[in-house]
Amino acid sequence: MTQLALVIDLNTCVGCHACVTSCKEWNTSGQAGPMVDQNPYAAEPTGTFFNRVQSFEVGTFPNTQTVHFPKSCLHCEDPPCVPVCPTGASYKRPEDGIVLVDYDKCIGCEYCSWACPYGAREIDEQQKVMKKCTLCIDRLYDESLPEAERKPVCVLSCPTSARIYGDIHDPESDASKAISDAGGYQLMPEWGTAPANHYLPRRKVGIAVHAEDLQRVDNPLRKEDRGPRKPTTRTTLDDSTSW
Amino acid sequence: MARANPQRAQPSTTRPRGEAMKPAISVILLTTLVGAGQGLFLAFYSAEWFVLLGILRPALNDYGGQAAALSFLFLALGLVASFFHLGHPERAWRAAAMWRSSWLSREVIALPAAMLLILGYALVKLSALDSIVLVLGESIPISISTVVGFGAVLAICALFVCTAMIYACLKFLRQWHSPLTVLNFLLMGCASGFTLASALASYSQDGRFAYFVGMAVFLTLAALVFRFATLLRNKGLRSPSSLQSAIGVHHPTIRQIAQGAMGGSFNTRAFIHGYGASVVRLARRGFLLLGFVIPLLLLQISDESSILICSLAFVLQYLGLLAERWYFFIEAEHPQNLYYQMIS
Repeated sequence: MTQLALVIDLNTCVGCHACVTSCKEWNTSGQAGPMVDQNPYAAEPTGTFFNRVQSFEVGTFPNTQTVHFPKSCLHCEDPPCVPVCPTGASYKRPEDGIVLVDYDKCIGCEYCSWACPYGAREIDEQQKVMKKCTLCIDRLYDESLPEAERKPVCVLSCPTSARIYGDIHDPESDASKAISDAGGYQLMPEWGTAPANHYLPRRKVGIAVHAEDLQRVDNPLRKEDRGPRKPTTRTTLDDSTSW
Repeated sequence: MARANPQRAQPSTTRPRGEAMKPAISVILLTTLVGAGQGLFLAFYSAEWFVLLGILRPALNDYGGQAAALSFLFLALGLVASFFHLGHPERAWRAAAMWRSSWLSREVIALPAAMLLILGYALVKLSALDSIVLVLGESIPISISTVVGFGAVLAICALFVCTAMIYACLKFLRQWHSPLTVLNFLLMGCASGFTLASALASYSQDGRFAYFVGMAVFLTLAALVFRFATLLRNKGLRSPSSLQSAIGVHHPTIRQIAQGAMGGSFNTRAFIHGYGASVVRLARRGFLLLGFVIPLLLLQISDESSILICSLAFVLQYLGLLAERWYFFIEAEHPQNLYYQMIS
């Protein structure tokens, strides 16, 4: 079964908010109508967004790192927001695992937002319905778009390719490979929601260069004296770690 | 115009004040009104059964029909209040669709069902339609109203469970995720209903005052015990979530420097109440006193002729239970607030 999702690389996200603005632009211009903006040019601008980039400072000054953390609906495999919806407006598509809200059925009771531990849902103060990331479903299956553009707009707009889109149930997809290669993880795994979106941890950058790496001590031409091989039976995380 | 923002001046710590649900006024009114209405019906219907079983003497003047009508009014007011919670009240009928999975949907079915049966009971009682349909064990006459009332009791029990389970089923709102939530809703609703029944009994002099006031005292006391137990339980609760599990960074020192919105968002408006610790403490003491202790004292000193004291007991208890339900929201810590610790 297909489960489309995003894999977000916290190691390369620079917090530029391109995904936020492109998401808002695409989705506010879409069929479902505008996403409200209140006081857009005043002191306290607010409004509905499907995607936000938050920033966290990790460590104690001066030994700190800034982690930019994009957050949108995680399209959980066991979404707690769906069974609580009294009207069936919130649903998870069986064919691709995307969690959607039918804006014509939503009564705006906000119960699903109580049931989401991630705060992924926001009510639209103008349309009075619950809104959330659709994974740009209106792009994914649009055959009038070139195939390379049938992706969420946040993925296309990311200048550092920190967002990877794919089917996490397909072990050969870019998303699945990124998760297994770089140690992708889920948010708040303790609640058993099995979020489909994964995050790739910060990794230590910089490599140790030894003299042997530059000048090989073993002669590769000598067949009887091959160097050690990497183990091929298990996957390695290479130098991926999280603090 | 710039609004005063309670979060802006907040220094960035890992655990800010107000990490809790913002009380929804319409929901507070819905649950308390419906609870009192259900309790009132149970008071009069149980008295009817005790009369049938020969435990209570028959009422001097039976006004069970009027009491049921009043109970219907409470439920109807609660239903009206609930509509103010909805963004699209005109689509409310859709809410009955998902009764297989959603407790809210089940409540949407149970509430009108209970209202209909209570109204039916009231109409049968008040009209000349009420007649005996069968005799149980040769001595207990069962009339149409008794049968309809039994249906109403079943619907009321279902409604109590549905209303409370809306909150109790949300597993990561740990303060709510407990059988105590269901028990508290049941006991508090019944306590306020029996207190109202005592006031009505003292007003009408129907000879059932002792039963109603005795039950009101017992139920209020029981409600106090379990509400206090809930307070103690919630005091020791620790969420399994932390900022570390929320963003997946395993460092003991993490501080949020931006939450992706300058003027707040739905997440900060709906889940961060912004009240100070002193207000929360005041609400807690207030609901314990008004909702339980003062009504208990008033009911203790009341007698069959003290209409005013009993009415005052009900009004104060209802206000106390409003405060209790307000505190019930304040008490619940939502894990999403881990992501909304600072606005910038």
